Amino acid sequence: MTATLGVARRTLANFARTPQLIVVGSIQGAMFLLIFRYVFGGAIDAGAVSYLDFLVPGFITTTVLFVGTATAAGVAEDLDRGFIDRLRSLPIARSSIVGGRVLADEAMLVWNLSLTVAVGFAVGFRLHGGVTRGLAAFGLCLVFGFVFTWLFAFIGLVAGNAQAAQGMSLLVFPLTFVSSAYVPVDTMPGWLQPLARNQPITAMVDAVRALSLGPQSAAVLGHDAAWYVPRALGWSALLLVVFAPLAVARFRRL
Amino acid sequence: MTTMTMEASGVSKRYGSVLALDRLDLAIPAGQVTALLGPNGAGKTTLVRLAATLARPDSGTIRIAGHDVGRSPRRVRASIGLAGQTAAVEGAMSGRSNLRLVARLYGLSRAEAAARADEVIAQLGLEEVAGRLARTYSGGQRRRLDLGASLVGRPRLLLLDEPTTGLDPRSRQELWDAIRTLARAGTDVLLTTQYLDEADQLASRVVIVDHGRVIADGSPAELKARAGQGRVEARLHRPGDAQQAAAALHPLGPPSVDPVLGRVSVAVAGDGLDALQRAADALRRADVTVDDLGLRRPTLDEVFLALTGDGVGAPVPEPGWEPGREPGWEPAHEGVAR
Repeated sequence: MTATLGVARRTLANFARTPQLIVVGSIQGAMFLLIFRYVFGGAIDAGAVSYLDFLVPGFITTTVLFVGTATAAGVAEDLDRGFIDRLRSLPIARSSIVGGRVLADEAMLVWNLSLTVAVGFAVGFRLHGGVTRGLAAFGLCLVFGFVFTWLFAFIGLVAGNAQAAQGMSLLVFPLTFVSSAYVPVDTMPGWLQPLARNQPITAMVDAVRALSLGPQSAAVLGHDAAWYVPRALGWSALLLVVFAPLAVARFRRL
Repeated sequence: MTTMTMEASGVSKRYGSVLALDRLDLAIPAGQVTALLGPNGAGKTTLVRLAATLARPDSGTIRIAGHDVGRSPRRVRASIGLAGQTAAVEGAMSGRSNLRLVARLYGLSRAEAAARADEVIAQLGLEEVAGRLARTYSGGQRRRLDLGASLVGRPRLLLLDEPTTGLDPRSRQELWDAIRTLARAGTDVLLTTQYLDEADQLASRVVIVDHGRVIADGSPAELKARAGQGRVEARLHRPGDAQQAAAALHPLGPPSVDPVLGRVSVAVAGDGLDALQRAADALRRADVTVDDLGLRRPTLDEVFLALTGDGVGAPVPEPGWEPGREPGWEPAHEGVAR
């Protein structure tokens, strides 16, 4: 446990003292939210709900993926610079190397999500389902973050260096745009809709959105949170079952 | 019964189609600084990685302080300290925090970790920079901090993979001093290097590896004797004089000529001073002006040539390594003292 915390603290020190990671990353997130809100927002009709209340839950959910790219780059860099080898040569449980990383990434995610939520509220986003559901949505995002950490850690372990890891991470982003995160799926061409509807990010976004919309959810989205949340958790479990063993196996074979 | 610090027998490791280690045997008794010398691709780094439990041998066994790397990796890890080719320190933390972190990972309490970090800082002469972020360190300071991190656990065997590659001469000298001090204090060291003079400076025993096998093993003096005494080398004032100089030196032995750089050299057989004098006389008689004339010790290239009849001029890159793990090949004569 000491080892896990030690590894986590070192990763956080790296984040905290690398301004481009923490400041630029945070500003970027806020900037995109403002762009969607004020630039694209006017042209997008979200139906029965204001675009702002439609967008912010989607945006917060996809923040998880943006933060995840830092995991991939960080893992690749640690590997490339021999830091992971150093840790692997110490008499500590190897699980604490992975555990420390996951813990640090969750901490970073809390920071980034909080910031995005704060910006969201500042530009007029409101919860329609009460604070408890809002907190549940936040918790759900942390679950998604935990799941995606494994995917991005796997990418980082495979990529070899930070740039390659960053590049490979970007391959995930078409999924965020071809989802319900930023625009209603109904507005997409018919051939794209099945893909947009049946993929994990849409499921996760819809769960977070349903929680934030509260009682309006069924009217706006078609179902309420009780319908969306289990689906999102199902996708999470599936991703975890695939990528956690892949990352661990890759880590073992280094 | 004395336990060997390291004992490798019949160790093979394959990366893809290339055999990085080929039934290698090596026993290192306690109380030695041993240098593994060889070009990139020889298998040096692979052996260090196997000894550090970072990878597993395909066949054969390695024991560190009596513990098998495959069966009791945790005990092996408690017996070794590893400093790799890249300084694996966290740039965003101070030198002191880096060492404290490693000490904490070894299971020391906060207070013990702080004390141990300070001991290592003093041991490596890092007092003045210990409070600064490691990313502000010079290359040599980073390597010393990295060496310090590998010392925190008081290892029985220190594994140093090309500890001075890429360092400027002064930093290299400082690191050499640090390694010598450790060895005197009783830490066994296994280091890999491409440089004969590094092996010469630090090691009491040099093991030359090539294509995954040990091809020579002995004290630096023994190996140099096998490679000949070295060469008398003249740097000509006018490169155009190369043929003339070669003809003049021919009585000493078959000269090798580099017409582009204007260098002519000939192997020394017997007394170096005598050879130097004869070369000087011969060049004077031939009326060749030289910028420099001196005795040069055998380079790694020449040791290899003598041992294998096969130069290392066109080495294959070490297979199985991702790019960046191992620095690019540098000609063996670079960095070899003249």
